[in-house]
Amino acid sequence: MPISASDPYDLAVIGAGSAGLAGAVTAAGLGLSVALLDASPQTGGQFYRHPARAIGAARPEALHHDWSAFAQLRRRLEQSDVSLLRGHHVWAVTKEEGALWAVHAVTGADGTAERSVRVRARAVLLATGAYERQLPFPGWTLPGVVGAGGAQAMLKSGLVLPGKRVVVAGSGPLLLAVASSLATAGAQVPAVIEASGYLGYARHPRALAANPRKWVEAAVHGAALLRHRVRVRLRSAVTEVHGTDRVEAVTVSRLDLDWRPVQGSGRRIECDALAVGHGLVPQIELATALGCATRPLPDGTSAVALDGLQETSVRGLWAAGETGGVGGAQLARSEGELAGLAAAARLYGRPVREERVRELQRRRDRMRAFADAMALSHAPAAGWTSWLTDGTEVCRCEEVTAGRIREAVTDLGARDARTVKLLTRAGMGWCQGRMCGAAVACLAARGGAVEPPVERRPFAVPVPLSALASLDEPTGVRTDSAPGVGD
Amino acid sequence: MARTPAELVGANPGPSFEITMDGRPVTALPGQSVAAALWSAGILAWRTTRNTGRPRGAFCGIGQCYDCLAIVNGEPNHRACLVPARPGDVITTQEGHGHADLGV
Repeated sequence: MPISASDPYDLAVIGAGSAGLAGAVTAAGLGLSVALLDASPQTGGQFYRHPARAIGAARPEALHHDWSAFAQLRRRLEQSDVSLLRGHHVWAVTKEEGALWAVHAVTGADGTAERSVRVRARAVLLATGAYERQLPFPGWTLPGVVGAGGAQAMLKSGLVLPGKRVVVAGSGPLLLAVASSLATAGAQVPAVIEASGYLGYARHPRALAANPRKWVEAAVHGAALLRHRVRVRLRSAVTEVHGTDRVEAVTVSRLDLDWRPVQGSGRRIECDALAVGHGLVPQIELATALGCATRPLPDGTSAVALDGLQETSVRGLWAAGETGGVGGAQLARSEGELAGLAAAARLYGRPVREERVRELQRRRDRMRAFADAMALSHAPAAGWTSWLTDGTEVCRCEEVTAGRIREAVTDLGARDARTVKLLTRAGMGWCQGRMCGAAVACLAARGGAVEPPVERRPFAVPVPLSALASLDEPTGVRTDSAPGVGD
Repeated sequence: MARTPAELVGANPGPSFEITMDGRPVTALPGQSVAAALWSAGILAWRTTRNTGRPRGAFCGIGQCYDCLAIVNGEPNHRACLVPARPGDVITTQEGHGHADLGV
């Protein structure tokens, strides 16, 4: 910890998930003063989301894979000097005089405590994770339709289910994990509807062979699905939701290789909730606002581009975990440790611990190869837009329909998501396009090459004007500002 | 085999308490978010949209989508999936932008 409140930290780590925790404890173990900021009152990020202590869960691991890895990181954090700043919603990182970074945050459970905090540090590690990619379809705004990851997040932290009979749909291996945890927790899961096949993985035999742990993970989920008699339907999608005030049933259609529904293949499944998602999108706005270079991922999303030691294209700014590409908790831990080692070496001006670095790099490259194969196998094919009727809402915040977006593209000449936004307000609401961005970009591309999303948002979260107004006040490092919520 | 999530994780929560949703009493467990308490009561919608007045509730569950905005103790635009429920909280449906009282 810095000696006085106005001293900068050596390293500010943003995000207390697997990557951020690993980075923070590694750097602190090498003698760096570290501040670890997270919006949540708890550590663990989305993957290790768990109930608040007051719920008294004797077996939190029952809803998790590889809980012992998190337990170990949490123990190391407790034994370290890392300043954990909970309930800190980081909205910007800026450069200050004297080669210092300033991390700006607002506090409170949902960032509305209207308290502005500025943490200064000599280096920053971005470990901001990912959120779920959504592709719209008729009826997806009806109550009872929830994100697949959202359903799992609510289950892991609040021990609640969106309904009794929950269809799980979309694309990607997360669906298997979601379905198995919903079923294990008592929900009926009539089906998992996966838009891709799993044959795509077979095109990457080396990545498969090098990652046996992923097979074990798949087998664990597969066994749970079998036990609960959950059917997995491949090459299918939910193409309509039925109900007036909430979900009553869904229509599932078979898809061709381009993800177009096969005429006449629609089958109705009765359910009271639908958990849906199409993979994850790296959360990179803090990095892009600082001008960090990005790289396209095989599934059409973008991640922060990183060098062999996890540094971004901006010196002094590292990233780890899903921020640099979606690849899972195990990969995030390796990258976090690597970034922690690299930042420590840079700040102390000493060479990195070469042997450990090489080992971590090997692990990282092996897992990245698997992540790429996975992303490619589940990448949405262009035909998914044929699920949309003109009346389907695409932008949930501004209630912009597919019809209005198509009009902006065909009649008004929009060719990218940004122009569509200017013409229709799609992506201009509270979520700033996080929910509709991928869909709008596909519609703007009209079946052609989709332009990489423009993830430049000067504010990573909405900020009260009062917080901006108090920016000039000397805030320094305020470790007293964390809300008193226990892990 | 567990029939509820609470049984699955062997939950032994502190005493439950009451909050209200549009005047209706809802039981919450300590540490649950407002959205989780509402889901456990079978309530999935607590907001209406600005243009078409359609019902919405928690969607992303992690504070990204802002679909779960609610009026909490008279203050609009709180993300119910992030805000912890506290004894006696008064939750009301948020209509439109939640600032109808300002006449804007």
